[in-house]
Amino acid sequence: MNLLRIAGLNLDIHGTPILRDVSLSVDPGQIVGVIGESGSGKSMTAFAVMQLLPNGSAATGRVTLSGHEMLELPERALCKLRGNEVGMVFQEPMTALNPIRSIGQQVAETILIHEDVPKSEAMARAREALNRVELPEDRFPLTRYPHELSGGQRQRVVIAMAIALRPKLLIADEPTTALDVTTQAQILALLTRLVREDGMGMLMITHDLAVVSGMADEIVIMQNGRVVESGPAATLFETMQHPYSKALLAASGHVPDRVDRDGGAPLLEVRGVVRDYRLPRKTLFGAPVVIHAVKGVSFTLERGESLGLVGESGCGKSTLTRAILGLEEVQEGSIRLDGEPVFTGHTANRAVRRRMQVVFQDPYGSFNPRHRVSRLVTEPFHLLDTPPTGAEREAAIDEALISVGLTPADKEKYIHEFSGGQRQRIAIARALIIKPDLIILDEAVSALDVQVRAQILDLLADLSARFGLTYLFISHDLSVVRSITDRVLVMKSGEIVEEGPTERVFDAPRHAYTQELIAAAPKLPEGVA
Amino acid sequence: MADPRTNIRPKAVDWRLWRQVFASRSLAIGLVLTLIFAGAALISLVWAPYDITQMNIANKIKPPSGAHWLGTDHFGRDILSMIMVGARTSIAVAIVAVGIGMAAGVPLGLWAAARKGSLLDEVIMRANDLVFAFPSLLIAIMITATFGPSAINAIIAIGIFNIPVFARITRSGALTLWQRDFILAARVAGKGSARISVEHILPNVTNLLIVQGTIQFSLGILAEAGLSYVGLGAQPPTPSWGRMLADSQTMISFAPHMALFPGMAILLTVLGLNLMGDGLRDLFDPKLRRGRT
Repeated sequence: MNLLRIAGLNLDIHGTPILRDVSLSVDPGQIVGVIGESGSGKSMTAFAVMQLLPNGSAATGRVTLSGHEMLELPERALCKLRGNEVGMVFQEPMTALNPIRSIGQQVAETILIHEDVPKSEAMARAREALNRVELPEDRFPLTRYPHELSGGQRQRVVIAMAIALRPKLLIADEPTTALDVTTQAQILALLTRLVREDGMGMLMITHDLAVVSGMADEIVIMQNGRVVESGPAATLFETMQHPYSKALLAASGHVPDRVDRDGGAPLLEVRGVVRDYRLPRKTLFGAPVVIHAVKGVSFTLERGESLGLVGESGCGKSTLTRAILGLEEVQEGSIRLDGEPVFTGHTANRAVRRRMQVVFQDPYGSFNPRHRVSRLVTEPFHLLDTPPTGAEREAAIDEALISVGLTPADKEKYIHEFSGGQRQRIAIARALIIKPDLIILDEAVSALDVQVRAQILDLLADLSARFGLTYLFISHDLSVVRSITDRVLVMKSGEIVEEGPTERVFDAPRHAYTQELIAAAPKLPEGVA
Repeated sequence: MADPRTNIRPKAVDWRLWRQVFASRSLAIGLVLTLIFAGAALISLVWAPYDITQMNIANKIKPPSGAHWLGTDHFGRDILSMIMVGARTSIAVAIVAVGIGMAAGVPLGLWAAARKGSLLDEVIMRANDLVFAFPSLLIAIMITATFGPSAINAIIAIGIFNIPVFARITRSGALTLWQRDFILAARVAGKGSARISVEHILPNVTNLLIVQGTIQFSLGILAEAGLSYVGLGAQPPTPSWGRMLADSQTMISFAPHMALFPGMAILLTVLGLNLMGDGLRDLFDPKLRRGRT
């Protein structure tokens, strides 16, 4: 008998169709991966199971969870089931925990809501749940607060809350998207182990084919609120028929066509850069704590080259980026672009800064929402001594927008009228408009869906060929770095631990940390991509 | 629909905005009450039922009637006319006081946020704390008592206490904005912190300021009424709601209408402005708005 059975589920929100005829099932002890891009309805399917739908929703069809008809139950009965029969793990561990309550209280709360047990017993069971998610008592007492934990540890607490009552079904909505690659591998292994031990069913929702291909038993692919294809994970990649599934698979392993170029003259030279931060004193007379964010980093970036900088959060890559952009002064060492220092004295050198631009990760946060596109993309003109005016300025805007695949008409719009991928194109147009030599791409495709990501990577490769651009590609995503860079640097704890041509580093990593990173990266089965 | 991530709506005229204004009951009531009193003040500039500088002792302390809708006071002046002209005083004082608060507080807040953690930030914010630490009405009484009672001194006294309110709210709004990538992008484009504050930060904190401004406006009206009540606000013959209350005090047992109507005027204006501020906050905050629909 199925643990969860969704049959012909339709969902409308305020009259807008969200889900159409969705059917899937989960057996005890089975992991079902639901894959789709943003807006495909994969999260709404999960919320429909929990009956946590937004106001104005109308669902028809059948959702049966261990014998209960979820669409027919009253709210009181649903509250009993949530947490008890179904546990849920969310994407963002930073916001899924209450910052002012200890982790013990939060895990115990799930138990106290559903069972009439004394507080001491609830705390004991919370301890047991935290032990099961590998947060041992000696290092993680119940009195710890969320802010004292790392992202991966917080996600473990969220999982402990979800499994505290030993639910029959666990729903994980993008549980590792916000995490680093090695942490992701650990969390996926933990989830798989818990499912196997408890015989739970798990609905794993993600946009990343590679993540589910390694752990799921069944895979369901969704597009525009419909299930387009489903089947056993072991064989689905060979047997898939639907054009959308094929496009999705192709996009995940997409490698843009790039012109191989011999390295030219050195463009960016970073020599022995050191950047420390002072934290506030802990006690009135204690010495301030100093954080060494970047410890003596040196590298050279050649003209026309595409260099990858790989590292996990906290490794110092953002600090290094800011230093290269001239936003922060370094304490030791020098950064030179084409022989000119980025900093002269204590002020950033304008002549150097106008030759480099940056594209950020978050397509939603990197624009002032109150300005039109024409004003947004011309912001770097501020760096020029004589910015173009009138018709010349309009021509520059049109050219920048056309070169990133948008139209000149888009310049009159506001940023909220664009999708994430289009926003990232506008960010690239903003970087291109003053014709820089170097563009720093700071996780520029990490927030995008796989198909959009493939398009942006193609665009970047094309622009590099057309304008002779040099890229510094900063990312934690190894597959992206592999597809677009000539050479790669691996950074850990403020130091560069390995450097070499991309293919060599990926095929024969020398440093233990690089090997660990590459082993942790989720992979599609051999030969399908 | 505004982008929920950015909390901003387009500049173009958006009729849905007006529909939302009237969908929110508190905002609609607040707007109507505020418009009634603002309208009364404007009309009084060109016309009032009676001349309020003209005494008419024969007609003194008359309850509401056909000729005098809200009755007359102890000099026989028409109370409706006095409330209309008094609204002018209240609104003028409040506008200028909020203006002083914004003109000084907003730049201070922006400046402090741009130099977060520096000595300058500390000096600005601690000076604000210092002003906050005094009971505002008491200090206003002290200022007007020292420099002489007049509407101008009342305005200045109330205005000074608006400065830290706007400085704080601007700084807190600006601090979260400084973390955003578009500010980083502007810095990459070589813009200095003053320019970024004006071009990028200020337009994005205006909704905070509008909401706070409405609430400070109502507090300004209350403060002006309080100062006039103790005789330190606008001086006769300029009518003021606070002084009308003070004048009626001794006659409240036999002429309650003299206290009732100016009291109602103060109550309804302050209520209207607070409802409007509340409603505007809901309208500007996409999280609350989504919770309702």
